[in-house]
Amino acid sequence: MSGSALKMAHSYPAGGGAGSQPDQDRRSRTATLGLRVFLAVVSSFFFLFLIAFIARSQLADWQPLTEPAAPLSRLEPLWLNTLVLMLGSLALQWARVAAGQDRRLESLAGCLLGGFCALVFIAGQLWLWRSFVIQGYGFTANPANSFFFLLTGLHGLHLLGGLVAWARTLWRYVRGLGLDRIRPGLSLCAIYWHYLLALWLLLFLLLSSSPETYQTIAALCGLR
Amino acid sequence: MAYAEQAERASVHVPGSFLTRYIWSQDHKVIAIQYGLTAIFVGLVGLVLSGLMRMQLGFPGSLEFMDPAAYYQAMTMHGMIMVIYLLTALFLGGFGNYLIPLMVGARDMVFPYLNMLSYWFFLLSVLVLLSSFFVPGGPTGAGWTLYPPQSITRGTPGTDWGIVLMLVSLAIFIVAATMGGLNYVTTVLQARTFGMTLFRMPLTVWGIFMATVLALLAFPALFVSAIMMLCDRLLGTSFFMPAMMSMGQPLDHEGGSPILFQHLFWFFGHPEVYIVALPAFGLVSDLISTHARKNIFGYRMMVWAIVAIGVLSFVVWAHHMYVSGMNPTFGFFFATTTLIIAVPTALKVYNWVLTLWRGDIHLRVPMLFALAFILTFLVGGLTGLFLGNVIVDIPLSDTYFVVAHFHMVMGVAPILVVFGAIYHWFPKVTGRMLNDTVGQLHFWITFLGTYAIYFPMHYLGFLGMPRRYYSFEGYDFIPQSAHDLNAFITVAALIVGVSQLLFLGNLLWSTFRGPPSGPNPWNATSLEWQTPETPPAHGNWGPHLPVVHRWAYDYSVPGLVQDFVPQTLSEQDQAALARRPGSGESGRESDS
Repeated sequence: MSGSALKMAHSYPAGGGAGSQPDQDRRSRTATLGLRVFLAVVSSFFFLFLIAFIARSQLADWQPLTEPAAPLSRLEPLWLNTLVLMLGSLALQWARVAAGQDRRLESLAGCLLGGFCALVFIAGQLWLWRSFVIQGYGFTANPANSFFFLLTGLHGLHLLGGLVAWARTLWRYVRGLGLDRIRPGLSLCAIYWHYLLALWLLLFLLLSSSPETYQTIAALCGLR
Repeated sequence: MAYAEQAERASVHVPGSFLTRYIWSQDHKVIAIQYGLTAIFVGLVGLVLSGLMRMQLGFPGSLEFMDPAAYYQAMTMHGMIMVIYLLTALFLGGFGNYLIPLMVGARDMVFPYLNMLSYWFFLLSVLVLLSSFFVPGGPTGAGWTLYPPQSITRGTPGTDWGIVLMLVSLAIFIVAATMGGLNYVTTVLQARTFGMTLFRMPLTVWGIFMATVLALLAFPALFVSAIMMLCDRLLGTSFFMPAMMSMGQPLDHEGGSPILFQHLFWFFGHPEVYIVALPAFGLVSDLISTHARKNIFGYRMMVWAIVAIGVLSFVVWAHHMYVSGMNPTFGFFFATTTLIIAVPTALKVYNWVLTLWRGDIHLRVPMLFALAFILTFLVGGLTGLFLGNVIVDIPLSDTYFVVAHFHMVMGVAPILVVFGAIYHWFPKVTGRMLNDTVGQLHFWITFLGTYAIYFPMHYLGFLGMPRRYYSFEGYDFIPQSAHDLNAFITVAALIVGVSQLLFLGNLLWSTFRGPPSGPNPWNATSLEWQTPETPPAHGNWGPHLPVVHRWAYDYSVPGLVQDFVPQTLSEQDQAALARRPGSGESGRESDS
């Protein structure tokens, strides 16, 4: 989210002149707030999906994906994907810290690793989709499958959007810009990656829970 | 506290070409005008559709092409256009864009590029919506709430393409609203000028700010339901679609929950009422204070009422679903929260009236619209109390009483504010005044005309006249007087509809030929009236940002030679305005 989407009112440099440190700090603060507001919107979006998921899970035709023969009876592939996403998040945090300490090479390595892990995660999710389809658990076969594809797909789309911003940040390294110019975008990428990791953990937890857990949540929400 | 994130500037950036100045503009004022004109255009389409519906209801069979399918298509498109593409877009995209940076003393929105994209996505959503008139089967006729299963089941008009285009258009609109909303919220929080504390902001900014927060959190519910319904319609999932027979054939769907869609829809739908109402509350507060030459009564109370209404609006949604059935405990809960939300709302009405009390009321056109709003909102709000109670709602729910209530509170009241606000801020936008005589004529026809339309509908509702019906022929329980009243309502609706040409003509003529207004024709205090140029130039404030020294409501301060003190005036400057001893009025005690 560091890219054009949150491009600032660049036409009006601050009193110190365009590109001055206080000016950049101000822009960075504003962009960070903009990103946080955006994440609040994404949270609302996924929260509503999860409520819909719980409500729909209480109807008679729901076939849990965690049953013995179902694709989520073994969670190793999901754990593996989770680890990759976690690594990506850590890498971007490393890049952010290194950029703050003027260690350019480390920062670039962290940034590259962060993006690479995101790509591997998406590939892993696609592989998971393929295994679902091969086992006969296609998108329309059951509402539980539909939700699985929809939630993981939308999460993946958000990550792809993040990769666009990540690519712009990487381009700044390639152009040889100073770390002070790269750091704000990198910081936004790191925040976004951390958020998507937390969101994925929540989705993972929910998707791999038992029908009894859904029942309990539904009862607590007044949906039963 | 973040003052003046976009601080002083070294040089003035001016867009280079006609394209970047007026088409691909990143200037909030141009974007606001683009939003406004597009919303008004699509609103006129909605207005024409309502005229066609009224012709069918008042004079059945008078329009050959108006068969039941066309009627339901007109009804659906009218509802969605007016609520989403006119009112939401105009209040947030139009007034929000124009007024927020000017009122908080910013040079522009904080993400101007995103702001520009917001408009173009909005325009795309409008084009997608309107394109459904030209596809096979026409637009959807599912009713503006788009309830499944009928919205995507054969037999309902527009199930081939119309419903798909409607859902896609809504999704694009939500993307546009989110881009705009990020700007409005971040600009208010980060780009206020020096001295502009949150509690010095005009109530217009507070109203739009809170409405934007609601939009950002509630629109995802519509987005979620649109995605899931598109999956049901196009991919054959069963999120909302139950097992059912259609045209004698079983459908592929099974087990879905139509009620789930209703919950999601109204989780968006009820905050949507306040997404429209809160900006209207803010704008009307400023109109009343300015034209009554009095400080707004209970400013902080008004702010907290806006916040409270915003929060409560998320816990009342199921009062739209009493007839769908729910656990009685929930019915009690939602009826109670609905009554509770009336408290801060009533508080605002009291404060408007108390602002008027002993004010120096100038009955100019914007003030006439503001006063009409208070009355209309009161009527619409009181009938809302009827419908908020389960036991009263159930017999009235499917009658014209609901149509009357809804249009009073959600249609007429906000539109009156839109008109009042346009008459008020037009001089700042164009540097010219609107014609007063035509404005007065427009006001009286619109105000009296809308009452002629909607007051009788309450009575029709009590008679049990059902809403959503294409034709009322052959229903013995509906007396002839009700048919006559329907014809009367149609005539009134057509007069009100045609009278809007007065407004459009006035806008067009005055933009080019209206008398020059000067920078501050209403002697108003808030920041947008203190710009160095009118209309404000790109960047709004010339070389230096304004500095704010007071709130926006210093009207009729005792002991001063003029009855308003601009927000930019310091205490020392104010001393220069002090009336010399023995020169006349003693002045009242300040209640600010």
